[in-house]
Amino acid sequence: MTTDTVARVPVSVTINGTEYSAEVPPRRTLVDFIRYDLGLTGTKEACSVGVCGICTVEMDGAIVSSCILLAVQASGSQITTIEGVADGDKLHPLQEAFMNYGGFQCGICTPGQIMASRALLQQNPDPTEDEIKNWMMGNLCRCTGYYKIIESIQKAGEMIRLGN
Amino acid sequence: MRDFQFHTPSTLAEAHSLLSDYGEEARVISGGTGLINMMKQDLIYVDHLVSLQNIDGLNYIRSTGEGLQIGGRTTQQEVATSSVVHENNPLLTETYGEVATVRVRNAATVGGGVAHGDPAQDPPPTLLVLDASIHVASKGGERTVKARDGWFVDYYTTGVEEGEIVTGITVPAAPANAKTTYIKFLPRTADDYPTVAVSALGVVDGGVVTDVRVGLGAVNSTAVFADTVAGVLVGKEPTADLVREAAETVRDLCAPTPDFRGSAEYKTDMAVVFTRRALTRVLGLE
Repeated sequence: MTTDTVARVPVSVTINGTEYSAEVPPRRTLVDFIRYDLGLTGTKEACSVGVCGICTVEMDGAIVSSCILLAVQASGSQITTIEGVADGDKLHPLQEAFMNYGGFQCGICTPGQIMASRALLQQNPDPTEDEIKNWMMGNLCRCTGYYKIIESIQKAGEMIRLGN
Repeated sequence: MRDFQFHTPSTLAEAHSLLSDYGEEARVISGGTGLINMMKQDLIYVDHLVSLQNIDGLNYIRSTGEGLQIGGRTTQQEVATSSVVHENNPLLTETYGEVATVRVRNAATVGGGVAHGDPAQDPPPTLLVLDASIHVASKGGERTVKARDGWFVDYYTTGVEEGEIVTGITVPAAPANAKTTYIKFLPRTADDYPTVAVSALGVVDGGVVTDVRVGLGAVNSTAVFADTVAGVLVGKEPTADLVREAAETVRDLCAPTPDFRGSAEYKTDMAVVFTRRALTRVLGLE
């Protein structure tokens, strides 16, 4: 990162239930704030232009690309990252399903895949394959060919519907 | 991304004051999905960003007798999923639901999109078809501009002037018996910019076309309202031949930028093809 030439601005956010306050350069993106200022490195950055879905986080109940949002735009919001998805030691059904049904290979896109599909299953725990494809189309994966991701989401939906 | 100062006024008056202070060094930021991307790639430099994020009262969807009023800070996903919008104007639901991905729609706003003026955006052709108006506010007051009255000026250039903020849009209801469609040609990925996009509305009453409108996206330096189509079709019984003739008239309205989605000639041909398909659908010839 290069030298800052303007005054820092205050940012206060609640991430995974913990309040964070910091002063950051206005140009700090939300993903850089989460990763480098707060050390929550589960969220990744890849394309940097809002296309690949890897940096997906939930902000005030809606998933967003944290690479094309400024940290200061998120000030005052409630954010969930991949670190906040499990319930203590109990993994989220999506995390279980991605492991059990081969929903990842290299794993770099997985935090984004899980954050995006978690938002889908919150709205609709029984999505059709087309609904999954439509919702997840902006989350790229270069390993799996997507079929295992779709299957993992369907299995997680089943687990959620069965109350697991 | 270069350094800039970030301002968070809590009223429109404060925002206007900041815009007045910093003049052309300032840009308004709403959702930022377009602007931040351009700044990150060093396509534009901004010294002062004036954010609308703390200004209340700009996020609403209201149904009136004449149509819909949508606040500038309303997100594009809120439009795409609103039952009020869907009941009043399914073409708006369909079009805003086609914008990029859900992540982008959750951040991108209606006002930001209208101010941005990317010629490949989804909403502008539909806003032209529906005869929408854009409301802008400045220090000196408010004004309203119809989308068709030259709002979309040129590549990334719209009717919003220095010091002005898009506060909302008004979208008149489509005629009760209208059929509508928004289709786009996506040879690469579903969230990519289209090669061409066509928004269309048609009314057939008593066997003849009484209203037909076509808006085109990605075929010129701005979205285009194809005012040549109605002349061929209105007052006549819709047939496949007439639809072909009407679609052919959009060829002269196209001056697309060639890129990896197609040459200028190819995109122009596709604009004709997709106009024909859209007209076929909205005039009940499928």
